[in-house]
Amino acid sequence: MKRFVYINDDSFQDLYCDNTISNRKYTLWNFLPKNLWEQFRRFMNQYFLLIACLQLWSLITPVNPASTWGPLIFIFAVSATKEAWDDYNRYLSDKKANEKEVWVLKDGIRKHIQAQDIHVSNIVWLRENDEVPCDLVLIGTSEPQGICYVETSALDGETDLKTRVVPSACIGLAPEQLHKIKGVIECPNPDKDIRRFDANMRLFPPFIDNDLCPLTINNTLLQSCYLRNTEWACGVAVYTGNETKLGMSRGVPEPKLTAVDAMIDKLTGAIFLFQIVVVIVLGFAGNIWKDTEARKQWYAKYPEDGPWYELLVIPLRFELLCSIMIPISIKVSLDLVKGIYAKFIDWDEEMYDHDSRTPSHAANTAISEDLGQVEYILTDKTGTLTENKMVFRRCCINGSFYGNESGDALKDVELLNAVANNVPDVIRFLTVMTLCNTVIPIRSKSGNISYKAQSQDEDALVNAAAQLHMVLISKNGSILEINFNGTLLQYEMLDILEFTSDRKRMSVVVKDHQDGKILLLSKGADEAILPIAYAGQPIRLLVDAVDQYAQLGLRTLCLGWRELKEDEYREWSHAFKEAGSTLVDREWKLAEVCQRLEHNLEIIGVTAVEDRLQDGVPETIEILRKAGINFWMLTGDKQDTAIQIALLCNFISSEPKGQLLFINGKTEDEVLRSLERAVLTMKITSSEPKDLAFVVDGWALEIILNQYRAVFTELAILSRTAICCRVTPSQKAQLVELLKSCDYRTLAIGDGGNDVRMIQQADIGVGISGLEGLQAARAADYSIGKFRFLKRLILVHGRYSYNRTAFLSQYSFYKSLLICFIQIFFSFFSGVSGTSLFNSISLMAYNVFYTSVPVVTVVLDKDLTEKTVLQNPQILFYCQAGRLLNPSTFAGWFGRSLYHALVVFLITVHAYADEKSEMEELSMVALSGCIWLQAFVVTMEMNSFTILQHLAIWGNFLAFYFINFIFSAMPSAGMYTIMFRLCRQPSYWITVVIIVVVGMGPVLALKYFRYMYRSSAINILQQAERSRGPIFSMGGLESQLKPIEKDVASLSTSQSKFRNSVCEPLISDSSTATRRSTFDFLQPAQSRLSSSYLRNYKDN
Amino acid sequence: MNHANGSAVAGSSSGSGDDLAPRRNSKRPKYSRFTQQELPACKPILTPKWVISVFTLIGVIFVPIGVAALLASNNVVEIVDQYDDKCVPPNMTNDKVAYIQNATFDKTCIRTLQVLKNMSQPIYVYYQLDNFYQNHRRYVKSRNDEQLRKASQANETSGCDPERTANGAPIVPCGLIAWSLFNDTYKFSLDNKNLTVNKKGISWKSDRDHKFGKDVYPKNFQNSSVIGGAKLDPKIPLSEQEDLIVWMRTAALPTFRKLYGKIEQDLKEGDSIIVTLENNYNTYSFSGKKKLVLSTSSWLGGKNDFLGIAYLAIGGLCFFLAVAFTVIYLVKPRKLGDPSYLSWNRNPAGN
Repeated sequence: MKRFVYINDDSFQDLYCDNTISNRKYTLWNFLPKNLWEQFRRFMNQYFLLIACLQLWSLITPVNPASTWGPLIFIFAVSATKEAWDDYNRYLSDKKANEKEVWVLKDGIRKHIQAQDIHVSNIVWLRENDEVPCDLVLIGTSEPQGICYVETSALDGETDLKTRVVPSACIGLAPEQLHKIKGVIECPNPDKDIRRFDANMRLFPPFIDNDLCPLTINNTLLQSCYLRNTEWACGVAVYTGNETKLGMSRGVPEPKLTAVDAMIDKLTGAIFLFQIVVVIVLGFAGNIWKDTEARKQWYAKYPEDGPWYELLVIPLRFELLCSIMIPISIKVSLDLVKGIYAKFIDWDEEMYDHDSRTPSHAANTAISEDLGQVEYILTDKTGTLTENKMVFRRCCINGSFYGNESGDALKDVELLNAVANNVPDVIRFLTVMTLCNTVIPIRSKSGNISYKAQSQDEDALVNAAAQLHMVLISKNGSILEINFNGTLLQYEMLDILEFTSDRKRMSVVVKDHQDGKILLLSKGADEAILPIAYAGQPIRLLVDAVDQYAQLGLRTLCLGWRELKEDEYREWSHAFKEAGSTLVDREWKLAEVCQRLEHNLEIIGVTAVEDRLQDGVPETIEILRKAGINFWMLTGDKQDTAIQIALLCNFISSEPKGQLLFINGKTEDEVLRSLERAVLTMKITSSEPKDLAFVVDGWALEIILNQYRAVFTELAILSRTAICCRVTPSQKAQLVELLKSCDYRTLAIGDGGNDVRMIQQADIGVGISGLEGLQAARAADYSIGKFRFLKRLILVHGRYSYNRTAFLSQYSFYKSLLICFIQIFFSFFSGVSGTSLFNSISLMAYNVFYTSVPVVTVVLDKDLTEKTVLQNPQILFYCQAGRLLNPSTFAGWFGRSLYHALVVFLITVHAYADEKSEMEELSMVALSGCIWLQAFVVTMEMNSFTILQHLAIWGNFLAFYFINFIFSAMPSAGMYTIMFRLCRQPSYWITVVIIVVVGMGPVLALKYFRYMYRSSAINILQQAERSRGPIFSMGGLESQLKPIEKDVASLSTSQSKFRNSVCEPLISDSSTATRRSTFDFLQPAQSRLSSSYLRNYKDN
Repeated sequence: MNHANGSAVAGSSSGSGDDLAPRRNSKRPKYSRFTQQELPACKPILTPKWVISVFTLIGVIFVPIGVAALLASNNVVEIVDQYDDKCVPPNMTNDKVAYIQNATFDKTCIRTLQVLKNMSQPIYVYYQLDNFYQNHRRYVKSRNDEQLRKASQANETSGCDPERTANGAPIVPCGLIAWSLFNDTYKFSLDNKNLTVNKKGISWKSDRDHKFGKDVYPKNFQNSSVIGGAKLDPKIPLSEQEDLIVWMRTAALPTFRKLYGKIEQDLKEGDSIIVTLENNYNTYSFSGKKKLVLSTSSWLGGKNDFLGIAYLAIGGLCFFLAVAFTVIYLVKPRKLGDPSYLSWNRNPAGN
């Protein structure tokens, strides 16, 4: 499965597709069939189509087929138009990309051609700031070292510049030579992995010998990247068109279905069954009535023996009559309101992040209700709870601690003195900080140097080193220049042993140009570095340092150093190159080779970098936990750091209120034992008001997920809080999967590429558009700027969306059932023959217009103000437990529609009896009754009335009469003059009024009774809110305040045990924050003061 | 692998990748009360005061209306005479259907109606049919409005099955409804003087003007093997065939009255009216009843106690509810919106 690309050789070009990009789903010709096919994959649509087709059979249709075809065509036209419009826009952007002019080498000369005409094996020339038109293998750049810089944000969302290098075989070729270059690139078939490109290149004579040159992703320029800071670059097209890495990774993720949607589907199914039963019963009754009674009714002129399908006619008629039970309008209404919910999220000013100037964004418009039903939040730590702005705080060099509570290491006089005095250990420490990374220094025009780093940690270290006078000035290919106290030092970067999440360390091999020594510089997590220290090194102190820093919530890295012997390096380098050019299992082989070099390190010191908590994280977590949401923290960080951060942000409580259950162990037995112990403890203490949380690390988790899933699931159900450290992206996704399999609604929030899988796996994925790029935000359903917006997203938007959809969907069924029941009742008065009481126009307008418009204003309905909800987050329970939309509430609506149908029908029939029982009139009276009733139902169920609601509800009345007046004025319409006649009759108005009162009276009385004497928490808060303004749940607050303070106190005492007073800023930070959160309710102004004070405090 | 998936969304439209970032930056949401969901709203709640006054108010309004409706209904004087059984000769009671279907029998029948109360003109003469399904699916659709309206559409008989054509020619008016036109006739006399029954203007004016053409004449009507109901004079246009027009306003219920004519003369208490009727219409085969009704009318229409009683009952019930709620409220007052009712405030361990 390989592809051979012969460089600059046109003879094979037909083998592969050209570079025409096509994101389109449809073509002009297949649009209609394909779109229809897609739409008809939905059960609802199939159902409606069946009904519409049956209606074409005039023998059975009770109404004009237009009453179903109209709405059906409308709905289809709307979604088709939307699809077509999206596709057209895609076509336009494709066209723009395809017709872009690019320089391509043709017959030895550079020519301007359109991007779509590029073929595999063509040599493409790019200039600075050009977009890469297809996947290229770099063969030449303007830079003498053969490097170029690319921005890959369109591909992976990472905004930093990345370096790409010309393969060794091509380094130093002049542009003229590049015109003549010939060779073959052996590369895998197109795939979508943008992190891997395991290929080989062999140039043909006269260029270089037949040496096989390995290619990696670093030798490629991928489609949609931009060439930056490089005058020109050229490359060989290897993948084109839709076969590029980008093209292959295109695709629509699986659509997510909300719990509400699933419930609606279930209810629809139930209604469908009910409908079938009704149809069968009425069909039987109809046929029996026909045989016993109707044959006697000479005026109906039933033929003696009908056609073979005669028995089916009446059931089918009832099927059509009852088809309105499933409201055709529900899909349109729901899509509409869901779109508006999403817009409200986009528009929300309070979720606008002023720092990064990003508004919140709902990429998935269909799942807002699920936000209100979240039960588990799985959160990443770095960049999500923390700011991911790393600040170098402390370090420990050779046993001396630098930096303390009064200042950072950078301001520590001792350290500055040590640097000034050229203390060798400190210098080596700084050298590792400066060199052991993949940071790219960029010198701006004014001469300032800024760094582009892929990892925030590296950025912090390089910047810290620069402040300590060890400045990385430039990186020209493999030559690194460092300015140390005015002296220029040069190093040659020989190899980079890259960081992978499995290795948890990275190393570089550099050659010191000053003395020609070859050095291995490593940095990494303590457990990855300390085991490879040379035997006999006193690492006790380092372990202590790491522990101390971790207790403070700092991220630690150990730095190591080893001098390599010339021949040792040479030997290893050969193996490394070999491993780098394998096509199979390259990563694994590389890791193995790296390990061969990384041993016997001298550990020079430990760095500690602070990752500050984002504003408002503790409050947010506290509020959401009060709302009954369980939190799991999934982090790649080490256990101590994770626990510390968890304590700081109210995630877990310290002893004695909280207890952590550790699940660890190296072997399966150990893991199982600690797991079972945890479950047991969890069960025993479940009655005590104690916050239990379990902590598990990646290693144990791997064993658990493979072997003890059932026990772990049990634990997961029991535990409200969990911390999983050292977990890999796929484990994160597995944990989401596990919770989902227990039928919990999960929300995953993260900011980095390692969270993408979890975000896509979860019911709701939220991405923080943070510093680690937009990758997570792009994959997510919602992207927000800050973690603290999550509470608003869930409590305000999620809750409102759920409430609104719950009402809207049930109401849609209610109104459809209402009119359907009337039809059914009428059939008992019309010889069970399937006559429709209402005419086609009324039926159609009733469903798509009269009853759909007013209820859509439910998008503005608020049962409680945002403030009340945020102050009483417990209220979210109603949404979580699905209290507003479930079979029993639905049964209530079902009963209401049955009752209302009875009321409308019986009153109409009795009031319009005898000489008044004219068909058209009676049907209009009944219809008016329905319209009036439904308007009052909407009014009764709506909680707040803005001008729009008033307009829609009362305007709907006017519209109803207006439309019917129009139809009554048309002589050709069936209902000619009916409405005019009715409106002149006092009995019409009297009938309608009594229908409303009889229909709504019990509803009002019942609602009032419940509201007063069986009031739900929502009712109480509503009353409180409206009787004396915003409510403060004082009692609750007080009781919450105390334990928190106790928490903090115990936290600080436990802290002081470890480190006399080192941890002051962090602790005081958290306690002020908690106190602030409590005061927030009472004195918003003061809280602003205190928060600004806090910020100042931090800045100082 | 996962990274690639992550960018799948991002890359789904290759053009949008580069313009996304700048657009986002400048896209601070515009403030408006609508977008922030802060439109001023009134939020009524169900306070006892409000609910009790609503029920009282309904009671206050409903009772007088109920009384008025009941009075109106009581003022309507109505004489109902069921004649379907009585007008069958005693020897034929065993086989009424045979009697009614035999055209050779004399169907004339004399009935005497006693006026029990003074009746002021106009007195409406209705015939009432029971158990007659004018709303039956086969029946109610069996007509063609186009044909009735325009002479040029005489051949348009779609929907008229099974009475579309007779002897190969289209029927005007076609369909089961017209075919089964009611054909009993009534003649009234008081004190041996004929009471004139005005049969003009008994149908809706709009029907005469717009639904039944002035140039549409019955054609080929009741010419098929089975004769349904009344025959029509082919020389009179449909717009003047008022019995047909009335009949074709189909009733929604199996019991219905249709206007036969108006007596424009007051009747006094004790008058006895002799009705000479032609009992032609077959209701015997499906045991339907036929009644002759003389009735005055009120602002609410004919005699119908339903609305009056319903209004009185509902008004009374609302009063009762209002009183009940007041009593409950007084006996068991409850502070509105007391946060101590909240479950999580009652039970601190609950959260």
